[in-house]
Amino acid sequence: MPFGPHLLLATLEGLVSSAVLALTALGLSLVFGVMRVVNVAHGEFFMIGAIVAWWVASLFGGHPAAGFVAALVISPLFVGAIAFASERLVLRRLNYNPEATIVATIGLLYLLQQAALSFYGPEARPVEAPFNYRILLPWFGYSGYKLFVILAAVVLLFLTWLVLTRTRIGLVMRATQFDRETAQAFGIPVERVYAGVFAMGAMLAAVAAVLIVPISQAHYLMGQDPLLLSFIVVIIGGLGSLRGTLVAALLIGMSDGIVSMFFSPTLAKMLATGAVALVLVFRPQGLFGTAVR
Amino acid sequence: MSGAFVKSLALHLGVIALLAVLGFVLPAYHRDVVSRVLLLGVFAMGYNLLFGYTGLLSLGHAMFFSAGLYGAGLAVYHLGWTAPTAFAAGLACGALLALCVGALALRTTGVAFMIVTMMFAQVFYLATLYFGAWTRGDEGIVLQPAQRTIEFAGLHFNPTDPMTRYGAALLLLSVVLLITLAIVRSPHGCVLVAIRENEERTKMLGYNTFTNKLASVVASGVISAAAGAAYALLFGYVGSTFASVQYSILPLLWVLLGGASTTLGPLIGTLLMYYLVDLSSSLLARAFPDWNLSHIGVVGLALILLVLFFPKGILGTIRERWLKWLP
Repeated sequence: MPFGPHLLLATLEGLVSSAVLALTALGLSLVFGVMRVVNVAHGEFFMIGAIVAWWVASLFGGHPAAGFVAALVISPLFVGAIAFASERLVLRRLNYNPEATIVATIGLLYLLQQAALSFYGPEARPVEAPFNYRILLPWFGYSGYKLFVILAAVVLLFLTWLVLTRTRIGLVMRATQFDRETAQAFGIPVERVYAGVFAMGAMLAAVAAVLIVPISQAHYLMGQDPLLLSFIVVIIGGLGSLRGTLVAALLIGMSDGIVSMFFSPTLAKMLATGAVALVLVFRPQGLFGTAVR
Repeated sequence: MSGAFVKSLALHLGVIALLAVLGFVLPAYHRDVVSRVLLLGVFAMGYNLLFGYTGLLSLGHAMFFSAGLYGAGLAVYHLGWTAPTAFAAGLACGALLALCVGALALRTTGVAFMIVTMMFAQVFYLATLYFGAWTRGDEGIVLQPAQRTIEFAGLHFNPTDPMTRYGAALLLLSVVLLITLAIVRSPHGCVLVAIRENEERTKMLGYNTFTNKLASVVASGVISAAAGAAYALLFGYVGSTFASVQYSILPLLWVLLGGASTTLGPLIGTLLMYYLVDLSSSLLARAFPDWNLSHIGVVGLALILLVLFFPKGILGTIRERWLKWLP
């Protein structure tokens, strides 16, 4: 394949990973922005989302689209419930102390991996795409489902943005993010907001996983890469800044897609991780963010 | 004050003597387990110096351990160095890495420090995979016993002999334990604790907190590297598993269980956790054979329970309740 079409293919792959990454990282960013805690178990919520999608899809016989639509509803609800429960049972008792929360979410990460290993097993299992349509380009055929993933992610991101900026729920969340004590003084149930935000962040990761699982496969260790990439995106974009998160997801997803097509993926990950650590050291507010108040 | 010092010195020497006796009494299997635990305990002590005493939570200590592991292992394997020089090479690698990582990561604080150390460790881990031509990545390198034997003044130390291995691990542990005790009781140690309690105030008193923190990162890194280098030389295996994120989490777990900012806590935590994982995995595997239960479940549960209900750890609680003089 000549260079031009090769680059086009790499760009398309990059867009797919950007789309999924944007959803996942947005969840992490919301949790950090509002609650000021880092959720290390975020990648495992992604993983549980994918596994539930496989489980739902295998329950539904018939056309794969039926199972897919069901998974798109059930999986985020299931994962949201787990996140809600862990917020109530663990994070709240720690009073959202940032360091204790990191330790506790590391524990949660291992527990969720163990649960997946126990109830799902160590195998990687594929999920059938809801439809099989190949778009024939002059140089190669491209999966229509992958284009659908990009479109669906854009729609979901737009919906999240609407919720955050145009509804009362979003207003309450932004108020809590801006100043927790004042929000509480104005009668906002801060604890309930925290639980809701934590569940919502996890649900975004689960939706991303349902979208990606027909392309990759469901596996109990699949949460590691999304976690690392989400960290990278959230840091580059500026911790807690939503617009920065989206721009950074596009940047990282595209460069990850393009670099891993032309170079060794291990080298790509190594350079990206190192570069991001240095961003955090020298520009802690992120490349696009403004300094934290 | 001096009474407390005499008591704590006696306690530490007593623990070392007890471990020495155990070396002769324990059955072969447990002697081997405990030699491993002693080395990992040294790693935990190095971690505790930074986490417990200085109050800096690193999520990347696997890179210091494996800097020692690879520094010593690769020097023996590729350069044919003798065991003592390879051990020194491991220490030097750990010190250099800790100096570089510390100088960069200490520009950040709190959560950012945790993430930065985790990311540097991830880069190190990926590097061990990427340079697979030398490190053989996941598969790892096995060092032959002949390469690890030490000839010294007509004596012949063979690391495959379990007694020699136990003795060497205990020697390293004793040295590190006494060094830790000395650091903790030194004026520098007091500054570290002051930084942990209130960095701004310490700065205002005229201490250079950055230099003190950097010294603590380097000391902690060198001790961890010493554990890694000794592991490579005594057990003869060098693999990238030891650089993975799991080996950054485990020392945190051991220190939390034994008691952060206690000199003996890390050793107790490592010993208990190692046996807990060992026993519970075989017990649980027998009770629930189809559940694929592995150590990750036990480790996860232990982390959550510790941070929720027992944040001071075993020795931390004992010190709070009964033995106020415990260092």
